[in-house]
Amino acid sequence: MTSLNAPLLASSSLLSPPALCFENVAFNHEDKVLLGPCSFTLEGTGPTLVMGPNGAGKSLLLRLAHGLILPTQGRVAWSSEGTPRQAMVFQQPVLLRRSAVANLIHALAVNNIPRRQRSKLAFDALERFGLSACAHTPARVLSGGQQQRLALARAWVLSPQVLFLDEPTSALDPAAIKAVEAAVREFHQRGTRIVMTTHDIHQARRLAGDVLFLSSGKVREHTLAEAFFDAPVSRQAQAFITGELVE
Amino acid sequence: MENNAFYVALSLLLNLDTSLFQIVVLSLQVSLLAVVIAAMLGFPLGAAVALWRFPGRGGVIVVLNALMGLPPVVAGLMVYLLLSRAGPLGEWGLLFTPGAMIIAQVVLVLPILAALSRQKVEELLGEYREQFMSLGMSRGRMMPTLLWDARFALLTILLAGFGRASAEVGAVMMVGGNIDGVTRVMTTAIVLETGKGNLPLALGLGIVLLTLVMLINAGAYLVGELTRRRTG
Repeated sequence: MTSLNAPLLASSSLLSPPALCFENVAFNHEDKVLLGPCSFTLEGTGPTLVMGPNGAGKSLLLRLAHGLILPTQGRVAWSSEGTPRQAMVFQQPVLLRRSAVANLIHALAVNNIPRRQRSKLAFDALERFGLSACAHTPARVLSGGQQQRLALARAWVLSPQVLFLDEPTSALDPAAIKAVEAAVREFHQRGTRIVMTTHDIHQARRLAGDVLFLSSGKVREHTLAEAFFDAPVSRQAQAFITGELVE
Repeated sequence: MENNAFYVALSLLLNLDTSLFQIVVLSLQVSLLAVVIAAMLGFPLGAAVALWRFPGRGGVIVVLNALMGLPPVVAGLMVYLLLSRAGPLGEWGLLFTPGAMIIAQVVLVLPILAALSRQKVEELLGEYREQFMSLGMSRGRMMPTLLWDARFALLTILLAGFGRASAEVGAVMMVGGNIDGVTRVMTTAIVLETGKGNLPLALGLGIVLLTLVMLINAGAYLVGELTRRRTG
């Protein structure tokens, strides 16, 4: 067994996930600076948890990283040649007005996966995320937790190198949160680089490899998780961790 | 009894009157074909205006919205001038044929389908935009997805278009000529019979027309409801 697994492990460790560099990035809206200017590099295997109070610019940072919006100044770049395959799971899952499985097949079709492979990949992903029973249910009548799992399954079938998650559990109950966190771990184990925002410190403790802490549009800290939770350096992060209300 | 419109309508239907049958079939053929052609052009046009930003886009939207109220006789006149012997398309020899009537109805229905689908697709795009960008979809690839996801709204829009086409009389009269057995449809027949003073027959035809339109709407509603329940 070991000898069989060894080359696989070796090759997967060779393929270290691409690093994401923010070079003096800022985003303004009508003369108001909403984020930055900030420079940092997301290296290592993560998962990176982007933390901070509401309005700190977490979602904005994620959208800039994913390329959904362009920075007003500076540059967002990847260490890899070309942009890595990436996917994003939103706070409110955006699902098409079709069945659960049709949502996955659509994502596969858009990514030019050959037609005959789509159905199998889609049903496999539904099974993995515990959605086999509602494969043919309209996606929009699924419960909030099921919808978010379907959004994760859609990301899964695209086998992204990088996965962005924007507060994926903020509208869910504890059981659904548990399922989403398990899914995030599964992505991480598959070697997908996770970048996720949350304002829930307990969730961050459970998942984080490293933490990027924002407040008022500024990056206050970027350290390994243990260091962040044990000895935060910035005043804002100290206050955030001790449960004070931070702006 | 013979002067009762309902009696006339019923006896027209029950006797399977061949000339009535011909008129009904032609009416349906012309209007349905016109709506199908208008949909094949109008829905992609509406979606394209919703998707792409280009100079003069606002103007296009205003013109499309305004053309929803295009008077049928004006559309008829334009098509008449185009297709008349001396007109640019005179060689086609379409004037006073069902083909000319279809063209006139397409001109009337297309702005309705394009303007209303533009509105609906734009609304849907607002909801889907970030997900589409995340999936790396081009605008051209977004179009079929948006049109399919707007299918229930588009069905209603299609019915609005069919309503305009089947109710229309001015344009088909001008370009079709109301020729018995060739271009006579329900609306033009009603006008003719009213003019001749044959009011029961005119009213009878009116009842048949109304019933047909109701049936088609009911059918479309049922199909829409059933698929909506199945696919959400």
